[in-house]
Amino acid sequence: MQEVSGLIACEECDAIHRRQALGPNEAAFCSCCGTELERDMSSYSRRALPLTIAGLFMYIIANVFPIIEMELQGIVSRTTLIGSVFTLSAEGMPLVAFLVLATTILFPLMQLLILLYLLVSINRVGFSPAFNLLARLAQTLRPWSMVEVFLLGTIVAFVKLTSMAAVLAGAALWAFGALTILLAAVFSFNPRYIWRMALPEKGERKHAGE
Amino acid sequence: MPANSAARSASNGLEAESAVSGAPVKTAARLGMVSCHYCATLWKNVKAHDRCGRCGARLHRRKPDSLNRTWALLIAACIMYVPANTLPVMTTASFFREQQDTIMSGIIYFWVSGSWELAIIVFIASFLVPLFKLAALILLLIMARRRSNWRLLQRAKLYRLVEVTGRWSMLDVFVVTLLAGLVQIKGFATIYPGTGIAAFAAVVVLTMLASLSFDPRLTWDITGQESGKRI
Repeated sequence: MQEVSGLIACEECDAIHRRQALGPNEAAFCSCCGTELERDMSSYSRRALPLTIAGLFMYIIANVFPIIEMELQGIVSRTTLIGSVFTLSAEGMPLVAFLVLATTILFPLMQLLILLYLLVSINRVGFSPAFNLLARLAQTLRPWSMVEVFLLGTIVAFVKLTSMAAVLAGAALWAFGALTILLAAVFSFNPRYIWRMALPEKGERKHAGE
Repeated sequence: MPANSAARSASNGLEAESAVSGAPVKTAARLGMVSCHYCATLWKNVKAHDRCGRCGARLHRRKPDSLNRTWALLIAACIMYVPANTLPVMTTASFFREQQDTIMSGIIYFWVSGSWELAIIVFIASFLVPLFKLAALILLLIMARRRSNWRLLQRAKLYRLVEVTGRWSMLDVFVVTLLAGLVQIKGFATIYPGTGIAAFAAVVVLTMLASLSFDPRLTWDITGQESGKRI
């Protein structure tokens, strides 16, 4: 088995292209089907770490405070995300409850923690087996983390309740809004670029020498 | 980031020639190379069961057994689609009455009560998107199996659209979760989740798995045998 450097295959149509040196914020697209091949990550790697840490703080707020508060006949009812998941599980829907738990609580947290580890360790240890495993995991988790869909769901539920009772947006709703934006900024790239971020300094030179 | 990124096509030499002459596109598979699905490193002389030397992922030319797996998941999703739309997704119990809502009646409720913006959002996310996904994936599968070269570029775009829109059908699952978690005032009003929501969640997960197991490169594999009519 031998590495072919200098060439790249399109993810969606398998067409072979030459790798090109990309300027700041440039991206290369497949001329056959239009899929993004590569993207310059230099400005991303500068701001990814602070955004990830901010995302973790927002994640904590979003999960500790209630999302929606409701007042009906003088009785105040409020719920956090995890509280809703437990209710759903108690109502005889453990599988759906687990799906909601995974897509809105577990996977976003795993994504943020993994990214934090990758960004901190990328310039120190290089591609260790743990690094590779976690980077692949981040890529696998990506379609299953649905904070932005959940945010829209909260808004729909909110409007649905206004006809029934007095509702108030909780602190967590705003935190979820912020978390959605931060996650979108942090994961705006295809996670496979993480392997190329550290390459220009280390890998490329080593491989060229082989 | 996308706002200020300058697009640049990586088409010097290799691709430009073949587009003009109509010769088959040079793909990694045809050149005997395998691209790692995770880190996009290109390898040649790959033996079966080899792992990527950079990231350690298993290497294969195409996703294994892609068409059969996608068909199986898709058929399961089609079966679950029926209970997902006919069974109630939630039950609202108050003093005097009990009301059961299906996906469609929830949309109609929004429309009638005047919040037509939300009616449209939920209609798209919960009704159109699942239906579109099922239809689009069936079309892609049939075309890939027949090795058809019909509208290749449009089919590639269709697949990308399926991947982007798929997750948004989880919307109704989250709405029901929140409502059932919040409206638990015993005696006054209680909202219970219905079986329909479990079936609906199953449709979303199954169609997402189906689109993940479909290999879009199968669409393009045809271009090897019959050159020329590529787009």
